[in-house]
Amino acid sequence: MASIIADHQIVKPIRGNYLVWMLAMALLVVIGGYCAYTMEHEGHHISGMNNRVVWGLPHVFAISLILAASGALNSATLSSVFNQSMHKPWARLSVVLAICLLISGLLVLVLDLGRPDRLFIAMTTYNFRSIFSWNIFLYTGFIAVCVVYLATLLDRSLNRYIASIGALALLWRIVLTTGTGSIFGFLVGRSALDTAILAPLFIALSLVMGSAVFALVVALVSRWQGTPVPANTIRQFSKLMLWCLLALLYFSVVHHLTNLYVSEHSSDERTMFTGPMALPFWLGHITLFGVCVWLVSRQRIIEAINQKQWLLSCVAALFGSAMILYSTIIGSQLIPQNLFPGKEVTSSTFGDAGFASYFPSVWEWGLGMGGVALSMLLLGFFLRVLPVSAHVIEPVADISDQVT
Amino acid sequence: MSRVPVADNEKSLQARRRFLQGLGLAGMASMSYSLLEVKAKTPASSDKRWGLLIETEKCSSGCDACVRGCNEEHGIDDAGDDLTRAQWIRKIDLKDELTGNETSLPVMCQHCESAPCVDVCPTGASFKRADGVVLVNKHTCIGCRYCMMACPYKARSFIHETLTEQKPSAPRGKGTVESCTLCVHRIDEEQDRQPACAVKCTEEAHSAITFGDLNDPDSSISQKLNTLGGSQIRADLQLNTGVRYQGL
Repeated sequence: MASIIADHQIVKPIRGNYLVWMLAMALLVVIGGYCAYTMEHEGHHISGMNNRVVWGLPHVFAISLILAASGALNSATLSSVFNQSMHKPWARLSVVLAICLLISGLLVLVLDLGRPDRLFIAMTTYNFRSIFSWNIFLYTGFIAVCVVYLATLLDRSLNRYIASIGALALLWRIVLTTGTGSIFGFLVGRSALDTAILAPLFIALSLVMGSAVFALVVALVSRWQGTPVPANTIRQFSKLMLWCLLALLYFSVVHHLTNLYVSEHSSDERTMFTGPMALPFWLGHITLFGVCVWLVSRQRIIEAINQKQWLLSCVAALFGSAMILYSTIIGSQLIPQNLFPGKEVTSSTFGDAGFASYFPSVWEWGLGMGGVALSMLLLGFFLRVLPVSAHVIEPVADISDQVT
Repeated sequence: MSRVPVADNEKSLQARRRFLQGLGLAGMASMSYSLLEVKAKTPASSDKRWGLLIETEKCSSGCDACVRGCNEEHGIDDAGDDLTRAQWIRKIDLKDELTGNETSLPVMCQHCESAPCVDVCPTGASFKRADGVVLVNKHTCIGCRYCMMACPYKARSFIHETLTEQKPSAPRGKGTVESCTLCVHRIDEEQDRQPACAVKCTEEAHSAITFGDLNDPDSSISQKLNTLGGSQIRADLQLNTGVRYQGL
């Protein structure tokens, strides 16, 4: 049995960089709010979106934040449900980060609506045949479960419920990510999306994105605290990341190879490899594959990885998975919908032939970045008011703790 | 206690009587108006299934009469960027890859029986009436565009800019999604009234669009479908569309 001695504290901005960070995030949030207001006031014609590419960069940001929220819960799940003691000090931070990411993702999603002022209608009028409606319950329910989970972690008198609420949170995040993937998986009219494998693919994406964001946040908080992240923790997080990356690459390869095999989808699939989405598609996959190979080599040969290398691998994993998500969401809309198989469209006023194009506007970048900044701003606030930041005093590794 | 003089009392009673008479008249007027309203707003019935038949052999390339008819009827501006402006109907020219045979046809909301847009709409703003017409409730559409992602026919338009001078029969607004309504305001007013696209097509001597009740075997659309046949766009999706095409 491993013994991890950890102390939970509120963040003390000993170097002052906490305040600088918070001010920078607040500024980005204000810019994001202004971008959202402008897009809502002027109309979506100022964005890069149109009636062919109806979901653009804000959706990529929103879905990334929602997926990362589910994945950020990895440490809490591993400690509470799978009793991995190495992750125990990080459970509280894991839950708080999940809440912050989800709130921000939902806000970006809402602010990109054509009528964000009708949020009350979205929250009170439901169509239960729509996976979108179910997701509203899944997202708000996830926040509620996480709040209760956090309470059990913070209050010693409630500690006995940690395992139960942790198991519920695990179940909830699986269903939530399945629901998010299914938003795209049920679209029969779009051959690049019409597949159930998007649900497990999105689960794998959430594991990678969540693990990467969590690792970067752990490093950031440790910097604020002035305490280095223990070497064993870095090694364990790297191993976890490796498994998540392998899962993501597996589902992505199966998704694309099966599409290539089925004649109905093969021509659209080939355009994914060579068409306008080829750059993000290949960039994403090659980056993830490169990180995998690199992590395997570090684990097998040297058995060690330093903090800089660890953070670099997380940034690369985050970038690669974001590219995959971008090519999935945007790429599927660039491919023309084939209404007339066996016929060539020679004329149309609505681009029925040829690829669509999409260039995200500055307003969309602003809204998306504002959402990311909001998650960090909320996190910074919670770290100042709640004792969730772990200060690991003496980590002692044990074979049973290792994720592998 | 002071007594009210008789003359004043009489005046007061007369005023009260006039007030009550006025109230009664107003009540009767409002009741008759309500009855008229009820008559005009007969609910859609599942006895009918409204649909269109497009005879592609009569539809000529370069003609956009149906599009113009639709735009005029609903106050749709056809200027601006093709990718961001509303297009309830669009004309498409096709060439068969094997035979080289060329076809021209209008594509609009296909008014599917199993409409994917209705299934995915989170608030139920996209809905199907009992008579098969698929509509968007403009009061509950939140502008999420999920219906546009789900529509296999690209038949829906999101309003990207502020609109002015909308027509009362076609409530439209920025930030919401819209599509062909099959001119419900016309067919609800008078059962034999045709949608604007069909009227315009006939006016310009093409008569390529036939509107009618698919459930009525004696209707002209059913008769034509019986003799000419009619296929669906993306029939493989099994959505049972209300818009059928002859010669596709």
